[in-house]
Amino acid sequence: MKVILRYCKFVHAFCLLVVVLLVGCKQDKTHSIAGDLIFSEDIPEKVDFVFDIKPILSDRCFACHGPDENAIEGGLSLHSAEKAYEALGKEKNHFAVVPGSPEKSTMIERIFSPDPNNQMPPQESNLFLTEREKLLLRKWIEQGAEYQPHWAFVPPQPQDTPSSKDNNWEQNKIDAFVLATLHEKGLQPSEKATKEKLIRRVSFDLAGIPPTLEQINNFVNDDATNAYEKVIDHLLSTDDYAEHMASDWMDVSRYADTHGYQDDFERTMWPWRDWVIHAFKKNMSYKDFVTYQLAGDLLPNANLEQILATGFNRNHKITAEGGVIPEEYRIEYVEDRTNTFSTAFMGLTMECARCHDHKYDPLSQKEHFQLFSFFNNIPEKGLLVGAEDIPNPVIMLSKKEVEGVLNFINFSKSKSDKIPVMVMKDMSQARETHILKRGVYDQLGEVVEVGTPTALLPFSDTFPKNRLGLAQWLFDDKHPLTARVAVNRMWQRMFGKGLVESSYDFGNQGALPTHPELLDFLALKFQNEGWDMQQMLKYIALSATYQQSTKTNANLLERDPENQWLARASRLRLPAETIRDQALMVSGLLHKEIGGPSVKPYQPEGIWEETTGGGGGTTATYIESTGHDLYRKSLYTFWKRTVPPPSMMTFDASSRDVCSVKRQETNTPLQALVLLNDPQLIEASRVLAQNAMSNKKGLQNQISELFEKATSRRPDEIELKELSDFYESSLLKIKTGEIDSDAFLAIGNAPLTVNIAKEPLTALALTAHIILNLDETISRG
Amino acid sequence: MSEKKILEDRSLLLNRRSFLGKTALGIGGAALASTLGYQYFSKNEKGKLITTTGYGTKGELDSLHFPAKAKRVIYLFQSGGPSQLELFDYKPLLNLRRGQDLPESIRNGQRLTGMTSNQDNFPMVGSLYDFKRYGKSGAWISDLLPYTAKMADDICIINSMYTEAINHDPAVTFFQTGSQQPGRPSMGSWLSYGLGSENDNLPAFTVLLSRGTGRPNGQPLYTRLWGNGFLHSLHQGVQFRAAKDPVLYLNDPDGLSKNGKREMLDHIASLNDKQYQEFGDPEIQSRIAQYEMAYRMQTSVPEVMDISKEPDYIYKMYGSDARKPGTFAANCLLARRLAEQDVRFIQLYHMGWDQHFNLPSAIEKQAKDVDQASAALIADLKQRGLLEDTLVIWGGEFGRTNYSQGLLTDTNYGRDHHPRCFSMWMAGGGIKPGMVHGETDEFGYNITKDPVHVHDFQATMLHLLGINHEKLTYKYQGRRFRLTDVEGELIKDILA
Repeated sequence: MKVILRYCKFVHAFCLLVVVLLVGCKQDKTHSIAGDLIFSEDIPEKVDFVFDIKPILSDRCFACHGPDENAIEGGLSLHSAEKAYEALGKEKNHFAVVPGSPEKSTMIERIFSPDPNNQMPPQESNLFLTEREKLLLRKWIEQGAEYQPHWAFVPPQPQDTPSSKDNNWEQNKIDAFVLATLHEKGLQPSEKATKEKLIRRVSFDLAGIPPTLEQINNFVNDDATNAYEKVIDHLLSTDDYAEHMASDWMDVSRYADTHGYQDDFERTMWPWRDWVIHAFKKNMSYKDFVTYQLAGDLLPNANLEQILATGFNRNHKITAEGGVIPEEYRIEYVEDRTNTFSTAFMGLTMECARCHDHKYDPLSQKEHFQLFSFFNNIPEKGLLVGAEDIPNPVIMLSKKEVEGVLNFINFSKSKSDKIPVMVMKDMSQARETHILKRGVYDQLGEVVEVGTPTALLPFSDTFPKNRLGLAQWLFDDKHPLTARVAVNRMWQRMFGKGLVESSYDFGNQGALPTHPELLDFLALKFQNEGWDMQQMLKYIALSATYQQSTKTNANLLERDPENQWLARASRLRLPAETIRDQALMVSGLLHKEIGGPSVKPYQPEGIWEETTGGGGGTTATYIESTGHDLYRKSLYTFWKRTVPPPSMMTFDASSRDVCSVKRQETNTPLQALVLLNDPQLIEASRVLAQNAMSNKKGLQNQISELFEKATSRRPDEIELKELSDFYESSLLKIKTGEIDSDAFLAIGNAPLTVNIAKEPLTALALTAHIILNLDETISRG
Repeated sequence: MSEKKILEDRSLLLNRRSFLGKTALGIGGAALASTLGYQYFSKNEKGKLITTTGYGTKGELDSLHFPAKAKRVIYLFQSGGPSQLELFDYKPLLNLRRGQDLPESIRNGQRLTGMTSNQDNFPMVGSLYDFKRYGKSGAWISDLLPYTAKMADDICIINSMYTEAINHDPAVTFFQTGSQQPGRPSMGSWLSYGLGSENDNLPAFTVLLSRGTGRPNGQPLYTRLWGNGFLHSLHQGVQFRAAKDPVLYLNDPDGLSKNGKREMLDHIASLNDKQYQEFGDPEIQSRIAQYEMAYRMQTSVPEVMDISKEPDYIYKMYGSDARKPGTFAANCLLARRLAEQDVRFIQLYHMGWDQHFNLPSAIEKQAKDVDQASAALIADLKQRGLLEDTLVIWGGEFGRTNYSQGLLTDTNYGRDHHPRCFSMWMAGGGIKPGMVHGETDEFGYNITKDPVHVHDFQATMLHLLGINHEKLTYKYQGRRFRLTDVEGELIKDILA
């Protein structure tokens, strides 16, 4: 796939707009003025269908002229050449698209028409074409109106690595691809991040925790050429890595500790979560990891581990609302499994084809239900009656089972001897699957057999017609999406956003890859080298692209505000879990125990109780954990779906209602309130200060230690002075009684060190609290 | 405030936003922004950088589609499904035919919930409470709502609401988000996104909860009902609570003084700014602004929540419950205070309206919880000149059956969920006062005139705020979503 991507020049349009606004023009007019002036220069020599035309057709035309056969207006479809070239009208005497002849193409006439009644897209659609887009369409027809298949539905192609442009900079092939694009844009890569920043970044990205002072020190003083590689290898070998990867997977798998919907009873899926950690720890190949989850129960001689893994498909919500019709909800669960499969592994929005053929992608309603039928065969209930109802099919786990093949499950704190874990188990006789008209549970249409979308890859006769066959299909060498979607998410994890920014949508409405050749190169590398996730993450981490500094400047911000072209590293805020975990870790409060039942750390009083209806069983009242369980990683925080942990939600955690592969990244006042006032952060500050006072003599040294633990670098003199000044001023306030140290130090359950004077401790704790609030502290850098 | 003034204000704000938006791409823009207030940078749905201003966000719409009649909404959501037959929809026939089976011709295939689908018969039952006519329109209102009845000339009762959902979770979700399945933004979030906020110190979308005395352990609520869905989390509903922390995490840690806190913030800002100078990331500037906003909220939220200085005559209006934090009456009073602060969408939830059994006694309590305060809110807004641009909405997620669920006795009965018809009322901001819209058949089972679908109601609400419901969209995962999904028609008859 060789395509030229152009840098959208909207920046210039913005500058022009400022001028226009200043002279007082109306805003709605300026849009097209700017479009005319700026964008008309920006039409490429050769128009590319995939990158220039299809996004326009899909977004502005397909809703009425696309793949959904029931929604076609005026007999015109524009999603294939064959259809677009067809004669139209009663007389069959006009054509929307005549290759080479824009003047004969009614599409061109209509889109340029000044008459609002004739214009396309029509006014009532609320869609419009910019001047540039119209010119592109005209030029495309002029050049032959050539169609090409959607890039993501063509299997990844082997790519020639661009010849090296800078041997001193490039660390591996990733850099050759990135640099080629940078040069095309007239950009240069940034300097390398400092060693302190680098070890911080890679520790957070791979293991979700900051480096220790010792690790920083060792790395900074290690001059060996493979010093950085050693850091990576170590990180990949840790439990922290496995937990951090699992943490991401909780969003994808919509894991929760309750059933969701109104009564929101507790469920016990945590042994499945323990399996996920285990799989990452032993670096299971992505292929096995996914196959076990989709169809572990159907593998020959499936063992308990493989069956447990299929709990993935059962993490969806289940209702217990008395009045519902069970079948209606059972259908929702099957839908959820189908959509999760599509989003998580193929980056497709399959739910759009539930009620009608997909409006944008070549996915028919029939194909939707063919895919649905793979997940439609378990003997499940649509409605749970009460908290104790067992949502079959399940495996009942007890201490005995977990001593064998399931010994990775942390059963020690389980409240019951036997707990049910939901899994997949097909009925001996498959359920008949119908197309559901308009997606409604009781509107049965045609019966369908299992099948997969033909636009992607036909479902071979050699595959069994069940979920195992579906997994085999997914990992077929010719599958266009599986490897791309997986490496794209790994890239997203390391760079904050994927090479395809819409990691949830690789279809026609999704974003185009910024570096299509690199994406294909990585996809094939991943696929051909054993689907090895650690190896891929390491390869990305080793690239010079990844190791760049985050520093930016006005020029770079203007040229590439979104950092699409990677002339720098992005400065990313830490995920919700990691913000808390870091505070626990640097203060020494973190209790590193792996797995087990989810725990209940501090949470504002009353928030479960004020919404509950008195039902909910164990989820009606929040009973805070005690002892070590207050200080477990956030991965283990109990997830009640209808009232998720508020501090995590404030930092953009997924609600776990449905599969989510990308979080928002927002910056809000509520986040500031959490960091300033959450008792967990106050307690961590105090314990951090206690430890610094025990470890170090002298205020400067103590502050320096606090600062370095939280930011992975030593403070400079200005920072040190700023913090010391605050310390002194606070100490004064404490001595005069303005700040009440007893009250402040009493926050949190962690014991107070007895032999430390309270006044300086409070002052230092407040200083630590400032440090935990710094933007730098909550960024990976 | 007059319409013209509203529009002018908006256009001024828009210009300021546009100006900042277009200069936001360089450091100069960031520096400028920080001198002009609390602007910061975020991405719009097209991935372009735009400036927003924390809770001072000016909204996604460049201009209103119509002149706005309402600037803000107070939604008194009655959770659980209040019985229209005991409150607004007077059906004497049901008293005449008490105990007789509902004719099949009337039920006409209506889906039943799992709670009554096994019942052998469906004995009709009329209201145990009398109705009288009130106001110039002669609206029928039940004896359970004496205060509301006095406001008959100010409200518009709709007796022809209908919905698609028959169970609580999907039905409430449908009302609030336009979809039965969770995941879409709540209507308050849509308005915050579309119109932004008029108050830099308070969230544009606030939520207040209260529990009914008729069924204290009624149907639960879920925080996603005021969730932002796929919109920016600035648009999420922020719960204002009758608890130590009126907004979660609002209070300073114990022991810390106000001065101490201010000093902390100054040092955080100064150290953050140093980072900004070195790394040039505009998000750092934004972080600084958010801390300032948080600080201002620590003053503005307790101020607005402090009702202790309200004069006695106000408490007389709202009733003595208004002195008890966390009651519906206290929340109504708070709603007025939030409206005075120009909070865009003020959502109350009063729980406990799910009367499957013991309806007569329970609904009496529920009605008592809300009647006086709801009416007082209207009167209070009116006397302050706020009613003309505040839209007040009162209603639940569905109605209740005209037949008894469970045993029907002389003094007792219950009613199951009924989606085919139910009642709501609206008042203020562009609504025609003193009218009744829509009719049901004499059985109170089917609508016979002017049906209003949930999406119609939503489209009308947006219209009153100056928004064409088809044009307030957000593109997510390739599709343009809107509150009214693919439906919704304006209810023209009820517009002033």
